[in-house]
Amino acid sequence: MIETLVVPLVKIAVLLVGILTAVAYLVLLERKVQAWVQVRLGPMRVGPHGLLQPVADVIKLIIKEDITPARADRWVYTLAPIIVLVPALVVFAVIPFGPETNVFGIRMPLHVADINVGLLYIVSIASLGIYGTILGGWASNSKYPLLASLRASAQLVSYEVAVTMTLVSMILMAGSLSMVEIVESQQARGLWFVFAQPLAFFIYFVGGLAETNRAPFDLPEAEQELTGGFHTEYSGIRFALFFLAEYANMIVIAAVATTLFFGGWLRPFPSVAALGLLDIVPGWIWFLLKTFVLLYVFLWVRATLPRYRYDQLMRLGWKVLIPLAIANVIVTAIAVVVL
Amino acid sequence: MTIAFYTLAAFILALGVLVVSTKNTVHAVLFLVANFLCVAMLYVLLQAEFLAVIQVLVYAGGIVVLYLFVVMLVNLKRGPETHVDPRRRDRMGLLIGGAVLAEFVAILLYGFAPRATGAAPAAAAPGVGNVEQVGWSLYVDYLVPFEVASILLLVAMIGAIVLAKKEP
Repeated sequence: MIETLVVPLVKIAVLLVGILTAVAYLVLLERKVQAWVQVRLGPMRVGPHGLLQPVADVIKLIIKEDITPARADRWVYTLAPIIVLVPALVVFAVIPFGPETNVFGIRMPLHVADINVGLLYIVSIASLGIYGTILGGWASNSKYPLLASLRASAQLVSYEVAVTMTLVSMILMAGSLSMVEIVESQQARGLWFVFAQPLAFFIYFVGGLAETNRAPFDLPEAEQELTGGFHTEYSGIRFALFFLAEYANMIVIAAVATTLFFGGWLRPFPSVAALGLLDIVPGWIWFLLKTFVLLYVFLWVRATLPRYRYDQLMRLGWKVLIPLAIANVIVTAIAVVVL
Repeated sequence: MTIAFYTLAAFILALGVLVVSTKNTVHAVLFLVANFLCVAMLYVLLQAEFLAVIQVLVYAGGIVVLYLFVVMLVNLKRGPETHVDPRRRDRMGLLIGGAVLAEFVAILLYGFAPRATGAAPAAAAPGVGNVEQVGWSLYVDYLVPFEVASILLLVAMIGAIVLAKKEP
């Protein structure tokens, strides 16, 4: 009873609270990092160094008026933010945060589920989020959101191909679709896969930036052209759901990259015995640390690079990243067979 | 197990009916997505996880998105046709309905027909996992049909590009 029902439920609860808190503070971190890059201070008023700013933001978003445009499609308009958010959260179920650990005397793995098609599960569930984006723009019955949602979905469909291709080469390397086994195979080889597959990581990361509509690919939210994006008409808590989903998706991209390319819960240089000292730090801390660094890169890129033009974006996706990803798969397949 | 199956089956049928009976095309597409997700759950119930995930990835996440694009971008308010035979729709409906009914009856008959037990299911592949089994049957047992199907898709793709390309 405890093993089959209580433990998973507690895990899910901890995970959800953790993600939501992480999202709230990621937003603060983004504002802080942007501010530091631009030699400003960022939020400073609420709490010491603005540390309570997320709490204030959440309260503000919850108590704001929730408006539905008069000529919107009510059902779809209500459904869209939910469709965006749910896949972004459900995906976390298969992400392995650490090896088997003793928690309050119960020995358990630090993931909710280890299914044998874990990686494909992530790809397929994440691909459902696009419906919320398209439908949110369409159901608002307003021109700018519709344009933005068309942009967003075209961008997502294009970059999904390249990203999935890089995952194929990682599956070839690991010989498994299970997230836990992918980490274990990196442990067995004593090598983070990013050193074997730097190109795949680059394509994955660029594709991840595009899929989460982050700068420099944030065309669906180009304020100067579209007044705000596919969620222009949304307000209050429903806008907050879109916001939440975007940042949760960033965390998903970073966490999956950590698992696939940076050895998940493994310490740096897992094969070098001289660094065994580092094993004192538990695996889940390594995992969170790596994820955090990748998220910081997301913010860093946003503060550094200007936005792409739409045709440049499409050209990069179809004419550069997808052919490179396919070539990478072929080379990897040959190498795996030969070596 | 049985209860879960029949609940899912009822959902699938109900959603299927909603797909064809809804006036709003975008809503119909949404019901179609829900339908595909239920079918994926049915696969999970049959312990075909790989198939379930692929169902979600390809159909729910890929193909129907394109449907949605088409439905949103193409103006579906058709102009009045110049010459309409009032009974044409009835006849067409009768024809298609009859064909589908015949198909269902055939499947039912086939399903209930007593069968010789000689044809055992294909011998278990060396791999144990779901993915390995699918891969084994696609790339070893049915390699030629699989490749022919993929060439067919390639031809369709090239055909679409040729049709869409403007004359220089």
